[in-house]
Amino acid sequence: MTINRRHFISASAGITAAMSAPMVFGASRPQVVIIGGGAGGATAARYIAKDSKGAIDVTLVEPTRSYYTCFFSNLYLGGFKDFDSIGHTYGKLANDYGINVVHDWAVDVDSNGRTVALAGGGSLSYDKLILSPGIDFVDGSVPGWDLSSQNKMPHSYKAGSQTQLLNAQIENMKSGGTYCMVAPPNPYRCPPGPYERVSMVAHKLKKMNSTAKILVLDPKPKFSKQGLFEEGWNKHYAGMIEYIGPDMGGKGVEVRPDSMEVIIDGTPEKVDVCNVIPAMKAGKIAELAGVTDGNWAPTIAHTMQSRKNSDIHVLGDAAAQGDMPKSGFSANSQAKVCAMAVRAALTDSKLFPAKFSNTCWSLVDTNNGIKVGATYEATDEKIAKISGFVSKTGEDAALRKATYEESLGWYSGITSDMFG
Amino acid sequence: MHSRFCQFKKILFSTVIIFISCYLSVYALADDRGPKLFKKCKSCHQIGPDAKNSVGPHLNALNGRIMGSIVGYKYSKAVENMGRLGNSWNRESLNKYLENPRGFIKGTSMKFAGITKESDRSELIDYVFFVSTANARIPSYQDPELDQKILSIEGDYAYGEYLSSECITCHQASGQDNGIPSITNWPVEPFVTALHAYKNNHRENEIMQMISKRLSDEEIASLAIFFNSLNN
Ligand SMILES: Cc1cc2nc3c(=O)[nH]c(=O)nc-3n(C[C@H](O)[C@H](O)[C@H](O)COP(=O)(O)OP(=O)(O)OC[C@H]3O[C@@H](n4cnc5c(N)ncnc54)[C@H](O)[C@@H]3O)c2cc1C
Repeated sequence: MTINRRHFISASAGITAAMSAPMVFGASRPQVVIIGGGAGGATAARYIAKDSKGAIDVTLVEPTRSYYTCFFSNLYLGGFKDFDSIGHTYGKLANDYGINVVHDWAVDVDSNGRTVALAGGGSLSYDKLILSPGIDFVDGSVPGWDLSSQNKMPHSYKAGSQTQLLNAQIENMKSGGTYCMVAPPNPYRCPPGPYERVSMVAHKLKKMNSTAKILVLDPKPKFSKQGLFEEGWNKHYAGMIEYIGPDMGGKGVEVRPDSMEVIIDGTPEKVDVCNVIPAMKAGKIAELAGVTDGNWAPTIAHTMQSRKNSDIHVLGDAAAQGDMPKSGFSANSQAKVCAMAVRAALTDSKLFPAKFSNTCWSLVDTNNGIKVGATYEATDEKIAKISGFVSKTGEDAALRKATYEESLGWYSGITSDMFG
Repeated sequence: MHSRFCQFKKILFSTVIIFISCYLSVYALADDRGPKLFKKCKSCHQIGPDAKNSVGPHLNALNGRIMGSIVGYKYSKAVENMGRLGNSWNRESLNKYLENPRGFIKGTSMKFAGITKESDRSELIDYVFFVSTANARIPSYQDPELDQKILSIEGDYAYGEYLSSECITCHQASGQDNGIPSITNWPVEPFVTALHAYKNNHRENEIMQMISKRLSDEEIASLAIFFNSLNN
């Protein structure tokens, strides 16, 4: 299928590129190419295909055949989910929604010719391009660590084999050993993610290796839902977790993967598992497409269009959009605004005012869920926060359990919303 | 869903203040086999107002409940484990369980042989879910009555469809409830009443309060007609 499509595309690329507006040519449908089949990209593909009812030709480029959600990957580490339950495939998007799913890497974007080059050698032409490539890591942000060290010191901040590797390292850790997390600086995907992970690792170790220690090295002076996490850690995991903030040496940490050492304030310390979560930036393809400014790609809030190129939209973690946290929920919310804007630009569908929302749930221990959320609106300057809420310390067990159950409902909801 | 049930739902929702006891008696009046089929379960499972755990766990708010998740009830390891893996009770899982309890959850402590007849299982599930919804995560709040002016606002379907995309991240368009209540196919009036009750903080749930506060009366009316049209 891919092959045929590529042939077709390269044959028609010249014509499409020569036309100023795709609608001029009655018979050919406008083409939307989406790079990245995650929270932002899969949602955008599904909504454009579903709501345009065949009027728009949608192609989704995603290298992996199974997308493992980062959301709930911490719950897998805690033993609350099995690995298969966080994996999703693209069959429905292809079969039920008529999306051309191309399993390949996008390696370059020619924004003048409006084409995307694929690693497999093909090329795709577009009228509108949507980038939702997630994150990549900033080189050198943790001295001593680079991608070649990810098997010794996993980041597990892109879900999949990295998550399984970290899980195996934790399960095989020697009795009384130390799990160390090097936490990332702002901004990064999923602000409560590292701290939910600490909770889940503690939950697992408490059961199977109760004398084990957890060491958190954090360059940030404060973190998301901090009071709530600390309350939970004191209650459920007293004495297990040592947290070192920037004042005490949590900043500027260096690692030595070969000797499994972390250097804190100049002093080396041996650890048994080292989970390095480096500083982040937009997925590389955003930079190649020429839409980044620094580490991220600035966008217009009303449509999620790039500020640098009006034919390109950027969603999710890669976007510098304003006040929304980088989360799966946010990416999904932005994708719907983007899908509406893209349809309005290419067909005669209506453009409604943009609305955004986000909620991030985290699990602290069995049946102890917490959440933080907000709603947002589009201003000319950015996606701006309107109002929000956060769980409170001291909530009763019934409410915490209800919050956890709500998170299960959300997971099921958002994954159906992404993959059909 | 049976048309009979829809009929009941309308009767049910047309009174804003819902008494579960009425609910049950309205149901019982109908010539339906649900209550009769439920007799098999009744010796171990309670349902309805004041239901408590007895030999088996109570069955209120069963649709969407995570397996083995009622605090204070001692489940078998097998059921608890199913829950830990994220499995919940819905039409599909309950149907399988009722057909062959020990085949579906090996190691369950429920001593029940199962119900062979598909239609019996289906009617029993209809009944249990119907009654148990009155005690579910969308509790039967005593919502304040709304001004007729608000209730008579005509919604815009297309706008409702766009706005609904924000809801559907959590409340599934298919009507599935895996931890967040189904909001499809509700009659318009209780839908509007419920959203206004969140907006005015009469109903609790921080997310719903936050989302509804941003919705105008027209937007709520538009969402109501859109979700009413999702018939599953
Ligand atoms: C541990 C952890 C826990 C989290 N928990 C939550 C949570 O509870 N709730 C929540 O809302 N969010 C959570 N998140 C955040 C969430 O996973 C991300 O914010 C979300 O996935 C961002 O969506 P995205 O579309 O921007 O990127 P992604 O979902 O990462 O998707 C990007 C996709 O693009 C593909 N891609 C990249 N480059 C290319 C290329 N050149 N060509 C083709 N394809 C490409 C990748 O393969 C990937 O599949 C968590 C994250 C982590 C790490």
